[in-house]
Formats: sequence, structure tokens, C-alpha cells
Amino acid sequence: MTSALETADNPQDMKRIVIEPLTRVEGHGKVTLLQGSNRSIQQARLHITEFRGFEKFIQGRPYWELPVLVQRLCGICPVSHHLAAAKATDMIVGASELTPTAEKIRRLMHFGQTLQSHALHFFHLCSPDLLFGFDDDIRHRNIVGIIEDSPEIARQGVLLRKYGQEVIRITSGKRIHGTGAIPGGINKSLTQKEIRYLQGDIGQMIAWSQGALELLKKVFFEHYNYHLGFGSIESNMMSMIRADGAFELYHGGLRARDRNGESIFDHNDYRNYDQYIRESVKDWSYMKFPFISALGQENGWYRVGPLARVNNCDFFSTPLAEEARKEFIAIGDGKPVQSTLGYHWARLIELLHCAEAIAELLGDRDLVGKELRNMGNLQSSGTGVIEAPRGTLFHHYEIDELGIVTKASLIVSTTNNNQAMNESIRKVANQYLDGHRLTEALLNQVEVAIRAYDPCLSCATHAIGKMPMELNLCDDDGELIDRLEKRADGRISRTI
Amino acid sequence: MSTDKTFRMDGKAIPFEAGETVMDAALRAGEYIPHLCHNPNFPPHGSCRVCVVDVNGKHMCSCTLEAAEHMEVDNSSDAIIDKRRTLLQMLFVEGNHTCPACEKSGDCQLQAVAYHTRMLSPHFTHFFPKRSIDPSHPDMMFYYNRCILCGLCVRVSRDVDKKSVFAISGRGIDSRLVFNSPSGKLGDSDFSATDEAAKVCPVGAILPKHVGYETPIGQRLYDNKPISVVGDTIAKNHSEKPVVIGGPHE
Repeated sequence: MTSALETADNPQDMKRIVIEPLTRVEGHGKVTLLQGSNRSIQQARLHITEFRGFEKFIQGRPYWELPVLVQRLCGICPVSHHLAAAKATDMIVGASELTPTAEKIRRLMHFGQTLQSHALHFFHLCSPDLLFGFDDDIRHRNIVGIIEDSPEIARQGVLLRKYGQEVIRITSGKRIHGTGAIPGGINKSLTQKEIRYLQGDIGQMIAWSQGALELLKKVFFEHYNYHLGFGSIESNMMSMIRADGAFELYHGGLRARDRNGESIFDHNDYRNYDQYIRESVKDWSYMKFPFISALGQENGWYRVGPLARVNNCDFFSTPLAEEARKEFIAIGDGKPVQSTLGYHWARLIELLHCAEAIAELLGDRDLVGKELRNMGNLQSSGTGVIEAPRGTLFHHYEIDELGIVTKASLIVSTTNNNQAMNESIRKVANQYLDGHRLTEALLNQVEVAIRAYDPCLSCATHAIGKMPMELNLCDDDGELIDRLEKRADGRISRTI
Repeated sequence: MSTDKTFRMDGKAIPFEAGETVMDAALRAGEYIPHLCHNPNFPPHGSCRVCVVDVNGKHMCSCTLEAAEHMEVDNSSDAIIDKRRTLLQMLFVEGNHTCPACEKSGDCQLQAVAYHTRMLSPHFTHFFPKRSIDPSHPDMMFYYNRCILCGLCVRVSRDVDKKSVFAISGRGIDSRLVFNSPSGKLGDSDFSATDEAAKVCPVGAILPKHVGYETPIGQRLYDNKPISVVGDTIAKNHSEKPVVIGGPHE
């Protein structure tokens, strides 16, 4: 299933085009393209040049620090790392299950985070592309353009995100990098006052989520075939699933389906993930390439995140999201929806589900319960898996008899989507860059494909149009023949 | 306690008893003087110098300075706060005080005093010393990164617990806390989680194991009110039952 564009046969004979820095994913990324003499794209690679070192430097730290320490990996979705590490340390302290209060408050925290993260991604980062067009003037194609042209949409985006952040603050103490989840449970439940505060606006959040979904569908259907085909690739998909097949973000087994929707595995215990997921290394990338071991490296790569989750689940437990899922699945005509831009659609179905699920949870009396924590006998290892906003997130730790971490392994969502993002930019490069003179609009096509997967990549890329970028075109001898530069202030200039 | 003797601090008359220090008299009168190595329940040590005040034009350590009539004490001018802030900045860059990941954050006296002196940055270049942890004890953990060598654990273990588990070894920048055990490990010493010395660390250097962030944000000692209002952690721990100890200062 891997495309032929990963490695060109005679790279030394080709023009090398570099987009760098592409973005900041807790570091930097770049795209390199090789064009043959006939201007056809012969090689396209996405490089995430990040090196965070978390797996190494948390070795030697005590296990009880992990949920708070490891969440510093990210400022956009730290709750994901907070909860994945908390689930792993639940195992370490021998808490085989949480109290109802602890589990529901963690779920509430996670719904709040997914809501704010998805709102950020759609309204702030992607709506300029989707509403104005990928080739709109760069000076207008940003969140300021949205504020000027559609102030009500921008306002809804800001307030949806604010609401999600408030859910996080109330459940974890802070909007970013809180401390709510601890090994074996949580450190506080909610008060009736806090619940009433969150209940005050949740109806509006559901309505705005519906509105965002309808807006996205309208845009998608206006140029249906274009959006369906843009950067689309055939892939396996993996996600967490509830025991009854329902959509699940917090706890459940893992389900993987192939490009035709046939089961690869189902309800797999995530604690044994290393028996069916492996990672490969390529000499041109700092990021690993995970794959389903039974299918091998060539055919076993997969996609995670909203597209995979909505395709894979049998149903949503909330009514509005379930109706939206049925409509989405219908465009697949019996097969999984493989459209890369379908990520946006699926993401907004999840946004709606999160708002509905928060409303449901806020009526649950367990939120004010006093049983916060379960403890058992200390274990030597723990694995926590969660569906982060961008996809499946694995945390695995081993400790010694003193409680000190001796081994840590993290497979983050971006890593799971590594091969898929590479495949998508190859598709885009082939579709839209082949033989063309370089323009900012063409450059943006590559970014649009990447943005669809992961706001960790795209947030800086689209930070109000301020992502600095340089696109170089070289001839066969490596001589620079063309260069476009996008400056931090958003201005584009041809510098040669 | 009644007394006719007073000194003046920031324009207020502070009563004191014969033999009482400026620090103790001020705290008793409800006036906060920042401090780290001092605890009202234990004899003064005068090592951190954060309690520096200006007395009749001289910089003096208020926790060891015996109060006297006619003293004019400056505890709150910008000049004296600048001195304290500089001392704190040096403490911060000398160790590795990563508050965001520290269990003590919000309960930490060093952090709270830094806020009190309006410290907004470390100012000096970080040393980033390579320091480790000692997890060898079954119930307690020692974090070398966070130790500010205040000596409280040394004094309390020696004078209250009668164990002398801790000592400060080395000189100058090479000074470090050491443990009285054959291996040099805390786990091989006589230290116990029930010792008074286990409760006196003003920072996050000595903490119980298997406990992390159980006190929610918003409920920690300094989350809502400054240290000048709520006092310090150690005094809180001992407020109900003052510890009477012997030692070289008595």
C-alpha cells in the first residue's frame, strides 16, 4: 500500500524542493520534494524533525510524577498525556478499576479537552482554508479574515474553545497542565456550584457544534468530488472501541479495519499492544513508522484520529452525533470513507458528540461523589491508552522496586499517522504540484493535507498566517533557480 | 506576653521581650519578614539570609539579631526587597527548581517567598547542575535538585529526633546534603517518615514516596493567599504542638 514516491531511483538527478520549517510539532517539520526532468514528482517526504527526549529523561523519575510531568509534551492536548499516563499508573498502583466518580470526572475532563482541541482546529486553523479556498490571498486566508468576514463564526469558535477549557479547569485545577488525575483516581470531585456553572452554557455549545458541522458539510458538498479526492489515500484504520462497538475516547479495546472495512483485529487488549503493533525506522526520518505487525511494514500502516474513529465505530451513544455519523458513513458507499478532508467532517461529528456527552455527564450524581481513589498492590509496569483528539495514544512504563521509572515508551498520535501523512502529501504533490511553477497557493496544498491530520502540526503552520516558510527549487546540479519565502508577518516574496 | 520595650519597623512599634530576636518579635506582632531557613519553633540559624533587614543603615539578619530599643528596621523598602530577590534568584539558578513538575508547587516556601519579593525571572544564568534523586528509602524520597541547604532537617534530626541523619558536607558551591549511613544512601540511615525532620523541609527536597499531586490546585497553602498572610509550611505543621528542643543555641 505504500506509494512509489517514498524513494526515487536516482535522487541525485532531480530538483530538490524543501519546505522548511513546515511547522512546529513540539519541534519542527519540513517537506522535501524531488522533481524529475519532466517536472513529475518522484519523491515526497514529510520529516518531523522533533526530538523531545521524554522517553529518556523520565527514566529515573518516580512513577507518581508521570501524569503531571509527561503532559508537558504538549500545550494543545496535555490532558491526553495526563490521562494516558494516569491510566498507566493506575495499573502500577494496582487499581484494576476506578471509582465511578473518578472515571466519570476523567471522562468529563477528556470530553472537555477534545471539544476545545477540535474547536481550535476547525475554527482557528482550518476554517480559513475551507471557507475561503486553498488559493485565497494569504493576507486574507487566516483567522483574522474569518473575524472580518464572519465574526459570528469566529466568536463561536473562541467561545466553544473557552467552554472546553473551563471543563478542564474545573476538573483538573488549570486550563493547561492541571493535576486532576492521579495514580488510582482523581484528586477532587465537582461541587454542585461547578456543575451548575458548566450546565449554564452547554445547550449553546451543542447548538454551535451542530452549526459548525452543518457549515462544514455545506462547504464539502459545494465541491464534493474535489474535497473527496483531495489527498485521499486508501488505508487501514485503527481506533479504540467500547465493548458494545460504540464510539469511545477514554477506555476500551482496539479495533483495526482494512481499506475495505474488513476486520483486522477487534477489541484487542491495549495492554498487549506490542504484540500487534510494531514500529519501523527509516533512515530519512526522526519519527518512527508504526504498523500492524500481522500485515507487515509495507501493508500494515494505518490512520488514527477522527476519520478512523468515526469509520470504525458501530454507533455513537448520543443521538445527534449518531445521526451525523450515518450521514457521513453513507458517502463511503459501504466502505470506509478514505477522504483525507473527511477528517474535518469526522472531527466535527466528534465535537458534537463531546458537547452532547458533557451535557449528559453533568447530570450524573457520581460527579459529586467522595470516593476518589482505588489502590492495590504495586506492579512493575503499566500501560495506558487513550484516544487523544488526534488519535490513539500509547503510554507504557516499567518501574523498579523503588518506584523509579526504568523504561518508557510513548507512541503518540502524530507518530501513528506518520506514514499516512506522507502518503497524503505524495498524493497532493502528484495531483497539484506536478510540473507547475511554484506558488504560495501550491505550497498551501501541501499544508492543507497535513493540517487535516493533526493540529499539532498545523497550529504553527496556520498561526494567523504567520508560519515562516521557504520553498526552494533547484536544478539537476543543485543550483537554486527559484525561491519563495513566506515571512513571519505573512508576506510572500520571490527572493531570486 | 506583655512588654514595654519596642523597636520600630516600617514605622510601626513592635514590642519585644528581652532576648527576643527581631524576627520572632515581628512575627508575634503579625508582621511578616520573609525567611527560609528559619522556623519560629526552632532556634535560628541565619544561613539563608533572606530575612535581611536594614537596621539603622546596616543590613542585618533578622532571625539572629536580638531586638533592642531605638532600632529603626526597614523590612519593606524597594531596596531591601531587591536584596532579598537577588538572594532568591541565586538560589533558583544554583539548583534545578522546576516548579511545574514539582509536587510541592503551591505549598513551597521558596516559591511563595519568590512571589512575595516580586521575583519574575531568575535573572542570572542557570547553573543547571547535574543532580539526582535518592529513592533508596522505602517511604521517603530525597531530591538533590531542590535542596537549598537551609539546614532545617539537619538541626531537627539532630536536636529533636536525636538521630543526626543529615549533615551538610563540602564547602561553598560544592556543599551538599549527606546522609548518615554506611552506604551514604538515605535508605540505609535511621531516618523514618514519622521523624520531625521529615516534616520541616521548606521546599520539595524531602517528600513522602508514592504521593503526587493529591492536594488539588486551588487548595494548596499559597494558592489563594500570599505567604505574608498564611505563614510558612513548617510553622503550620508545628503550630498546634510547638517543639521544644535543646541545642547549641540554648
